[in-house]
Amino acid sequence: MGSQLLQVKNLQTRFFTDDGVVHAVNGISYNLDKGETLAIVGESGCGKTVGVLSLIGLIPSPPGRVTGGEVIFDGQDLLKLKRSQLEDVRGKDIGMVFQDPTMSLTPVLPVGTQITEVLVRHKNMTKKEARERAIELMRLVNIPRAQDRLGDYPHQFSGGVRQRIMIAIAIACMPKLMIADEPTTALDVTIAAGLIDLVKKLRDELDMAVIWITHDLAVVAGLAKRLIVMYAGSIVEEGLVTEIYKQPKHPYTEGLLNSVPRLDQIQSEKLSTIGGMPPDLIELPKSCPFAPRCNYVTDHCWQETPPLMEIGTNRKVACWFSEKVGGRK
Amino acid sequence: MSKQAMNQTGTKEVLLEVRNLKKYFPITRGVFKRKVGDIKAVDGISFSIHKGETIGLVGESGCGKTVAARSILQIYQPTAGEVYFDNVNLATTSRRELQQFRRRMAPIFQNPYSSLDPRMPIGRIISEPMDVHHLYNNKKERRARVEEILTLVGLAPVFAERYPLEFSGGQRQRVGIARALASNPEFIVCDDPISALDVSIQAQIVNLLQDLQEQFGVTYLFIAQDLSMLRYICDRLMMMYLGKIVEIADRIDLYDNPLHPYTQAVLSAVPIPDPEVEAKRKRIPIDGELPDPANPPKGCNFCTRCPQVMEICEDVDPEIIEMSDGHWVACHLYDDPSLKKDKPI
Repeated sequence: MGSQLLQVKNLQTRFFTDDGVVHAVNGISYNLDKGETLAIVGESGCGKTVGVLSLIGLIPSPPGRVTGGEVIFDGQDLLKLKRSQLEDVRGKDIGMVFQDPTMSLTPVLPVGTQITEVLVRHKNMTKKEARERAIELMRLVNIPRAQDRLGDYPHQFSGGVRQRIMIAIAIACMPKLMIADEPTTALDVTIAAGLIDLVKKLRDELDMAVIWITHDLAVVAGLAKRLIVMYAGSIVEEGLVTEIYKQPKHPYTEGLLNSVPRLDQIQSEKLSTIGGMPPDLIELPKSCPFAPRCNYVTDHCWQETPPLMEIGTNRKVACWFSEKVGGRK
Repeated sequence: MSKQAMNQTGTKEVLLEVRNLKKYFPITRGVFKRKVGDIKAVDGISFSIHKGETIGLVGESGCGKTVAARSILQIYQPTAGEVYFDNVNLATTSRRELQQFRRRMAPIFQNPYSSLDPRMPIGRIISEPMDVHHLYNNKKERRARVEEILTLVGLAPVFAERYPLEFSGGQRQRVGIARALASNPEFIVCDDPISALDVSIQAQIVNLLQDLQEQFGVTYLFIAQDLSMLRYICDRLMMMYLGKIVEIADRIDLYDNPLHPYTQAVLSAVPIPDPEVEAKRKRIPIDGELPDPANPPKGCNFCTRCPQVMEICEDVDPEIIEMSDGHWVACHLYDDPSLKKDKPI
């Protein structure tokens, strides 16, 4: 076990909208070691993206605001930093890759400029040094003819290559942590597989920690060591990937795992579904947020929200009846 | 699922046959829109669909899946080739006759947010196909039918008065399915109806589509990118690459015995939600990108990225041949004239 890189304590993020207060993230806590890969899984609107954007001060404000908690990264609380101090961390010690590379690269600058920009800003390189390094980085992410393509604009690249450029920018300053928000969702399966292999390689070479956000449990099975499952702005289950996939302990995780067919199996019975829909985050229920959709629900669940409880080494679950759960088909 | 197809005592009745279908889009240049080339979106595909089966069409984005589906439905007029529906060539039918066939075929679209008119109440969206095909005698009958269909897809009849805006993605997709059912079609083209939905909602929609098939015996052409899901719902699968079908096989054969190098690479890239299995898997990487469909390679379309490329692949486009019963492949690796069978697909 390496030493701790990131410690998130009771993080809370709210959006103050005209319709009411959206409880996007409701007190989540987790740790991340140096060089470790953590996957955060959940459906749209569960707070997985907002949860990590809150770490690095990228919540659009107004209407959003981090309303509580601590984010200790490398010894300092990121939530207490001034904007300029945070800018020194972002892009340098924490690299980011987002879902849609078309949206996160500017169309008006050549990709070379977009890569060198980070190096000039954070590493005090001269333009010439930065250029050399940018070519190296493009080679590192397997972009052929890097030298010739430095002057090309994002639209001249395919989606997969654009995402590689995003990764090149993210790793330009050898960050300690890379945050990847569904980077493969918009890509074709063969391209996505290549990108995941690339991230694994870079992670091991640079000894970089990775937080990988996704809705697809299959994608992270071969990538992450630890997994956090989020539902309605809270963590409902946390543990090692190897254990959770074998024996999920939260009814929601179980439901997610059983609702996707596996390529390597022919399933003759119907897919299990999770009935209903996620709760409205403006009026959070006082009960367990999953209670309306849960197969194991009892009176207790409606009366008291289960906290995230430790049920073993490295294993936490927010359910009163976790010992009953654990059927994977 | 195969139940329906198998019920028919082994005889597979062909509902739809596609022969050498092509759809090119012209590239024009200059003020006079001079034609300078063609985007060969669908470049000669042939297959048949049996009554009551679900057949899947897979391929990366831009390979021509949607164009193929729309050409089959005659939304796009095919550049060449024929589509036979119930043994009638749709290309030679009159507009009036085609209208009759349109009632029997319906599409479900990918994006439930953009495929429903936001200004129409749900009831009108669903009854539109019924209006077009004059499927009711009076307003009361229409209303009753709308309510019946809404119930069928798991929505409350009162929703007929509401607008798409008030519904979630999964509910909207149910409306899309309801609209497709309105004209009592025999054949439904599902153009990636689940990819825009959350995982838990995907399963609901897939189960609904299967229930409807069991109930009404509809035939599905299911387009998607998620091979795990397709293998679950489809009886047979077709792999498409750059406007061509490279392999057709039943769902068991395709996974156990993939023949085309592209199929093999795609299968190796699909993640499996099991860390232990995932750790042991070997990936077959394919480099590069999809070639420009306006200027496809001279020989096999996959030759620029194929890990097993041979000399002949760069010159000669391989024909699709039947390797074993119902398992077709278009690849020079299997060039052996003795294996060729002379029979339509």
